[in-house]
Amino acid sequence: MITEIIFAVGFIILAPFIGALIGGMDRKVTARMQGRVGPPVLQPLYDVFKLFEKEKAVVRNEVNFYIFSYLIFVAFTGALFFSGSDILLVIFALTLAHVFLILGAYATTSPYSHIGAERELLQLMAVEPMLILAAAGFYMATGSFAVKDIALWPEPLFMTIPLLFVGIVYVLTIQLRKSPFDLATTHHAHQELVKGLTTEFAGPTLGMVEIAHLYETVFFLGLVWLFFASMPWLGLLVVIVVYFLEILVDNTTTRVRWQVMLRSAWLVALVAGAINLGVLALL
Amino acid sequence: MYSVELLVFLILFPVLAALLFCILPNGRLRDAIVVLVSAVIIVATLYLFVLFAGGGTVYFDIESGMISQIMTGLEVIISAGLLYLAAKYRQYLIAGLVVVQLGVVLYAELLIHETAALNNLFIDPFSIIMAMIIGIIGSLICVYSVGYMRDYHAHHDEMPDKRRWFYALLFVFLASMFGVVFSNNLFWLFFFWEVTTLCSFLLIGYNWGDEQTRKNAFWALLLNLVGGLGFACTFAWIGLTDPSGGLVMMDTLLAAGPAVAMIPAALIGFAGLTKAAQMPFSSWLVGAMIAPTPVSALLHSSTMVKAGVYVIIRFAPIYNVTMVGYLISLVGGVTFLLASGIAISQSNAKKVLAYSTIANLGLVVACAGIGSYAAVWAAILLIVFHAIAKSLLFLSVGTVEHKIGSRDIEDMTGLLGRMPKVAVMMMIGIAGMFLAPFGMLISKWAALVAFLDAQYGFILVLLLAFGSAVTVFFWTKWLGKLIEVAWKPEPLEVKISNHEYSALVPLTVLMVAVCIGFPLLSSYLVVPYVFGIYGMTATLGQANTIIMVMMVFMVLVMPLTLLHFRKDRKILPHYVGGRPATPDMHFKGSLGVQRPVALGNYYLTNYFGEQRLSHIGNGVCIAFIALMLAGILLGVIA
Amino acid sequence: MSYITKSPWIIHYDGSSCNGCDIEVLACLTPLYDLERFGIVNTGNPKHADVFLVTGGINAQSEAVVKNTYEQMPDPKVVVAVGICACTGGVFRECYNIIGGVDKVIPVDVYVPGCAARPESIIDGVVRALGILDEKRAKMAEKGGK
Repeated sequence: MITEIIFAVGFIILAPFIGALIGGMDRKVTARMQGRVGPPVLQPLYDVFKLFEKEKAVVRNEVNFYIFSYLIFVAFTGALFFSGSDILLVIFALTLAHVFLILGAYATTSPYSHIGAERELLQLMAVEPMLILAAAGFYMATGSFAVKDIALWPEPLFMTIPLLFVGIVYVLTIQLRKSPFDLATTHHAHQELVKGLTTEFAGPTLGMVEIAHLYETVFFLGLVWLFFASMPWLGLLVVIVVYFLEILVDNTTTRVRWQVMLRSAWLVALVAGAINLGVLALL
Repeated sequence: MYSVELLVFLILFPVLAALLFCILPNGRLRDAIVVLVSAVIIVATLYLFVLFAGGGTVYFDIESGMISQIMTGLEVIISAGLLYLAAKYRQYLIAGLVVVQLGVVLYAELLIHETAALNNLFIDPFSIIMAMIIGIIGSLICVYSVGYMRDYHAHHDEMPDKRRWFYALLFVFLASMFGVVFSNNLFWLFFFWEVTTLCSFLLIGYNWGDEQTRKNAFWALLLNLVGGLGFACTFAWIGLTDPSGGLVMMDTLLAAGPAVAMIPAALIGFAGLTKAAQMPFSSWLVGAMIAPTPVSALLHSSTMVKAGVYVIIRFAPIYNVTMVGYLISLVGGVTFLLASGIAISQSNAKKVLAYSTIANLGLVVACAGIGSYAAVWAAILLIVFHAIAKSLLFLSVGTVEHKIGSRDIEDMTGLLGRMPKVAVMMMIGIAGMFLAPFGMLISKWAALVAFLDAQYGFILVLLLAFGSAVTVFFWTKWLGKLIEVAWKPEPLEVKISNHEYSALVPLTVLMVAVCIGFPLLSSYLVVPYVFGIYGMTATLGQANTIIMVMMVFMVLVMPLTLLHFRKDRKILPHYVGGRPATPDMHFKGSLGVQRPVALGNYYLTNYFGEQRLSHIGNGVCIAFIALMLAGILLGVIA
Repeated sequence: MSYITKSPWIIHYDGSSCNGCDIEVLACLTPLYDLERFGIVNTGNPKHADVFLVTGGINAQSEAVVKNTYEQMPDPKVVVAVGICACTGGVFRECYNIIGGVDKVIPVDVYVPGCAARPESIIDGVVRALGILDEKRAKMAEKGGK
């Protein structure tokens, strides 16, 4: 019980910094790939602090409520995950968080936000089956939904549910908002919808969204790591390699249309789920 | 020790009230008596709970001879009436079905020499849950309909005012639903079942003068009669197998186990599928949306269609680990996925609610078909949460429809500004349908666990995973529409009758209460039922319950931050491509013309179109059902 | 310690420019000059931006847009007029359609003359603007009593 609380609190306090470092490394590596120097590794932190120095300005007052709820629930999701709770509840909490983000965008009544929100919904719909199937896979492999039990499983789960791992890596691109699936919003410069989902968020509001993104990044990389939890250092290596691949894909692809994103994500989920779960069921 | 009076009262009292409503003219007196009768039913239902909850299963002996004869007589009269209507409107298929069904039932009654059947009525925790849904939610809807129907006829003064028959039918329906859930005698269950079909037909056809209404009413009647025929064939089978009539008692039939009861389980399951509007029988429910909204709320989301899944859940122990059960599950699962998909492409609010209902019932059927203790636990929870949330949604849509003059979601933009109280209730209803930590979420969690532990359950897991993602899409986009509040919203929340509020508010409170108090619901009513049948039960687990409680607490407390965030901050203009835009979203377009911004939702009709997905779903489910029926006919399936 | 100078985000708008200065602005963002190493990001969204780079003179059509974009930027913010046309209207100053430089519409903090302004000048101008931004931020903090 105490360890769980320690992990949860630890996540809540440390994850933004870890996420910021990861984001900073991301931008450094991206810059090197483009033959540049790139910003300092702590740049995402500077960005967040700067945003909170800006004037408190909104398009509608209620928007801050939705975005704050988004932040709280993302932090809650990660805290649940790292304290070893039920992984299905973690996924449902994440969905709740994203719904708040989307509602925040809708509440601005602005055209770019609105379309960003619709696209974010499409992204959510594309990702969710894979997440649920991964949870199902963990259950079939270990007999438990609790992240604690999964993390303590003696063999690396990658051996039992490799296809689900591939699926998770596939939808990771969508969740981390990386090309080619950065439809709703992106950290890069211009995109077709200005900033899409986050167009109408300014100053501290945007700061909250950024912090939430940092939490999410750490959470998702934790999910990737979970497939190798019995060999933690190998898991860390896998996470680094996977993230590097994400950066590579991000820099070498262009955005696709939502139909391509939805179809491919669902196809991957269907194939990975059907085969992996089917094999586990029939064995 | 326990007496049967209360059950009989709940069945007969609404009928007496109905007779009274046939006579009383429209007016304040009649409306007041509707409210009074509803209040009495609510009190009686609560008393039922107090009396019987925690008491296990209790059977009641009622001398059945005369009652069965009355029922048979009524069946003949009803069949004659339906035949007349069918003939008048050239509905030959319906006429044929009525004749065949009556024939089968009479034939079966000839075969079966019923001894003085004991244990005709019974009560157990599941019946109590269903009775509370019928008694509490049903009565609240009746109260709501007083205000709604007044408005309805004020808006549509060209329509004949048949409210006397309307209220009469509503209460006859409530009575027959009580009959369904209290009957242990399958003949009686069938009688009440067919009365609900009749009420549904007549209530859908409220506006009988309109051709489309008649078409939809007849179509509903047709499909429900098909199911009824399946049910009737059960009696023929019982008559041929066990003329002593012992198997007519549901408890005896269930106790006989799958070796004996497979065929009636399949036939009654088939009937349940039609009544619960599973594919390929979904179209009747969608067509039924043409009825006044209280009808949609009462019959076609919270109660009558629940009768369909009720019987399937009753037979769940028979379906457990059998091919028939698995096929029924597949029908439910496919329906869940595809009906949710269709809901994405619909902008008519009632159609969205209809398809969502069909989908949720599909999930319940999928659980019931698996028939394990975990699945039944999930299924019953799903029923409870869905009944409350969906009736709340239908009623709020009804109220909104009368104020904005439209059923289209695209017209509900910024409703939170125009009708804040009703919009908030609608939002709670929507959240209750798919968001953590509301109840539907818990039920989905439970269903997933049940599927994973079942043989070949992984296919259902796939259906659940994709279907669940799809539901998030169409509910969130509806929520988003409601909160896109205009700068100076037009206040529309005027002159909403107290009747409507007195249903909407309790349902909202009930929605929240049931989510907070679901551990109590589970341990007090659901678990005893499941344990009583399987000797084992499922729970959410203590750790998870704590998490859910935390989440509920957070979700309830978070809106308080609005007080902090509402404090005026600098308001920035919107970004409309750099063009100056007014706060009410008019921007200076090209050539200096002031244009409004119009925002619409995605409906993705090319991918989730009604036609396309219906064809796929109907085809697949016809195959599954055909397989099931062929299997039991050939005696191959165990 | 102020972070606004460590992470200044830019929005760039072309008032009526021939695109010469715009190309030079974009050149600053290329790997050759790599403004991102100062944390500078070209965000296309005024609500996210701290520094407003305007090129070209202002005419009747772009006047409303410049004002609107400026209004959408939350404080503290600075405006840099890039190129002589943005500073004073340049060669087109006397034309019937040009109202003048950017300062006819919104307050400008830094003027970067040139035709086209060289990337080095633009960077120099932005760096000076950051200094002004820092001062504004300090003033804002005082007033707000944060």
